[in-house]
Amino acid sequence: MKITTETGERHVLAVTVDNEAGILAKITGLFSARGYNIESLTVADISADHALSRITIVTSGPPAVIDQIIAQLDRLVPVHQVTDLTDQGAHVEREIALVKVAGTGEKRIEALRLADVFRAKVVDTTLSSFIFEITGNSDKVDRFIALMRECGLVEVGRTGIVAIARGPEAL
Amino acid sequence: MKEMSGADMVVQALVDLGVDTVFGYPGGAVLPIYDALFNHPSIKHVLVRHEQAATHAAEGYARSTGKPGVVLVTSGPGATNAVTGITDALLDSIPMVVLTGQVPTTLIGTDAFQECDTVGITRHCTKHNYLVMDPDRLGAVIHEAFYIATHGRPGPVVIDIPKNVQVATGSYSVPEKIEHQSYRPQVEPDAGAIAQAIDMIAAAERPIFYTGGGVINAGPDASAALRQLVSLTGAPITSTLMGLGAFPSDDPKWLGMLGMHGTYESNMAMNRADLIIAVGARFDDRVTGRLDAFAPEAKKIHIDIDRSSINKIVPVDIAVVGDAGRALDALIAAWADKGHKARDLGEWWRRIDGWRATRCLDFPEKKDAGAEIMPQRAVKALFDATRGRDPIITTEVGQHQMWAAQHFGFAAPNRWLTSGGLGTMGYGFPAAVGAQIAHPNRLVVCIAGEASLQMNIQEMGTVSQYRLPVKIFILNNEWMGMVRQWQELTYESRYSNSYSDSLPDFVKLAAAYGWTGLRIDTLGELEDGIRQMIETPGPVIVDCRVAKLANCFPMIPSGAAHTDMILQPSDVTGKMDDEAKALV
Ligand SMILES: Cc1ncc(C[n+]2csc(CCOP(=O)(O)OP(=O)(O)O)c2C)c(N)n1
Ligand SMILES: [Mg+2]
Repeated sequence: MKITTETGERHVLAVTVDNEAGILAKITGLFSARGYNIESLTVADISADHALSRITIVTSGPPAVIDQIIAQLDRLVPVHQVTDLTDQGAHVEREIALVKVAGTGEKRIEALRLADVFRAKVVDTTLSSFIFEITGNSDKVDRFIALMRECGLVEVGRTGIVAIARGPEAL
Repeated sequence: MKEMSGADMVVQALVDLGVDTVFGYPGGAVLPIYDALFNHPSIKHVLVRHEQAATHAAEGYARSTGKPGVVLVTSGPGATNAVTGITDALLDSIPMVVLTGQVPTTLIGTDAFQECDTVGITRHCTKHNYLVMDPDRLGAVIHEAFYIATHGRPGPVVIDIPKNVQVATGSYSVPEKIEHQSYRPQVEPDAGAIAQAIDMIAAAERPIFYTGGGVINAGPDASAALRQLVSLTGAPITSTLMGLGAFPSDDPKWLGMLGMHGTYESNMAMNRADLIIAVGARFDDRVTGRLDAFAPEAKKIHIDIDRSSINKIVPVDIAVVGDAGRALDALIAAWADKGHKARDLGEWWRRIDGWRATRCLDFPEKKDAGAEIMPQRAVKALFDATRGRDPIITTEVGQHQMWAAQHFGFAAPNRWLTSGGLGTMGYGFPAAVGAQIAHPNRLVVCIAGEASLQMNIQEMGTVSQYRLPVKIFILNNEWMGMVRQWQELTYESRYSNSYSDSLPDFVKLAAAYGWTGLRIDTLGELEDGIRQMIETPGPVIVDCRVAKLANCFPMIPSGAAHTDMILQPSDVTGKMDDEAKALV
């Protein structure tokens, strides 16, 4: 007997939650307990009184599973709102990566040239290394990192995605 | 606003919330609360013998009264012992609040004596949980916890209270009105959905009501509304294991339970229906059987208080999110408003009567006085003997549970307490204790299997201590019958570890605890034995010896369609393919 799994499309969810201890465990635990995917998850406090956090989750699944994920998130007591940004239409996604590259000579020059093309900023340098800061959607970040592998990449740190709907309205 | 210790606050909040009973077990981390409860004038503390039993007793109390059950246990092992019952309450949507002691805040995270991460362990088996670090928050948290446990889809809520928070003082006041910031379950159904639903119901040629535990949770008025709507439409009705009692079993519209061990007529009617009206039921795998063959011709209306239940397993045509009782009331009102008249469902009922004619619950038996007792007969005899006494019936888990569901009839809600979602052996006896505490003068009978009963048999001591007249009626087949049945179906009767070896002498055990013990061996002794059980004051355990190898039919094997029921033992082949073997 073979065990099969379904594949599906990528969705970006914005979840507003009470900023309380254990909330992240509750959300990630829900995903693992029910077998949902998490491709990226970011969280930060977003309100002036530090009462609310916004969690951005990138997940994937067939439409029925995405509906379930939203309904399951929505019924958690500390969850205020769940929005499917992918479903809502146009939205902006960004992540930041810090990319450390070491090397000298040709490779070092090539790294700097490519960073310029990608509008990555140099945030630290020594005679034999750079740290670049690159911001963009995940594709762009991926492509930059792939190129840096050829130029002496030694370390990468990424934030994961934050996203927000286009237009003047709030969620 | 009053200043008091955390422990006093716990007790004061329970009083203010109208709690009269707490099921619990003391220990180091809850001693301050136990001291505050000492000789309490209005709160009765029921001392169980194991924390799991406290949770099931609280469930029994809750299911039989509609009020939340309350549990108090210590940190570490006290809390971990409670986890099974908490999970059981989550799966069966039972309102419950569990107070757990915790090591002082200063020791949290140090692997202190009897420390465990209670909120971590119970995070995914509670509806919500709290670790209270500040005594000023404690009162508000307790009030909020009761609100969450009882509003929307009910469920268990854990409040973990470090010992120093119980000792320190804080201010307490009764909150005026609880309005949770983020938790606002939708109770009122959407009028548009109701209007569409009622038109579909009125137009259906082959409708069926499929109801569940949500109707019971919505209170007795919801059951009354269900009866009214069913009678207005003239449609047949079936229910899940958890929903038994919401509709009277002696009504001709009642088809019996559906699903794996449901009746042939209810499963066939579900399969052939053109409209299914699901009320407070969640299309569980025990109910649907093979999904791609489930009710292929039916449109589906789904009424549920939990939006996540809708379209989870079976896609539906109309979703009504809201309280089952309110939704049923709204449907009844809409029926009248629109001037709908019941259709002639004669053709549909003729087909149903055809399925009924298989008499799927009949069983072969010998009738002479010395004959062995068929377990189904024992349940029927118990039902006959208790008619008119309005008993509360609890069960353990296994064949006896299914036979009880099939052969015991219920006329009203809150009288049938069983572990459905989690299927917890060891639930039934402590649940009976909780029900009896809530209803001291009612007849409470636990229909037990000899194996399940041993999972919480220590509660015989609790029963003796509180002089509870609980009756345990064991269908003793000397097997974990349900396991043996599956081994017969799937593994060519290789009975691996399913024999109930080394059973205690239950009659002697009864004597040891100061109970009355009875043994029934033959059919001729059955009626008298049951009468004696009922008439004997105080707790009674009945060791009713039944046919050892009887199996529970009808049965839809895992992964089969409603139309592929096994109706009798001769349909069993003893082998299954791997796909079927992999299903539970
Ligand atoms: C805590 C727990 N462990 C294991 C099971 C699996 N299980 C389901 S029914 C059953 C046998 C029950 O035997 P008994 O109580 O004698 O009831 P019978 O089926 O014989 O009526 C078992 C082991 C369970 N449901 N719960
Ligand atoms: Mg047994």
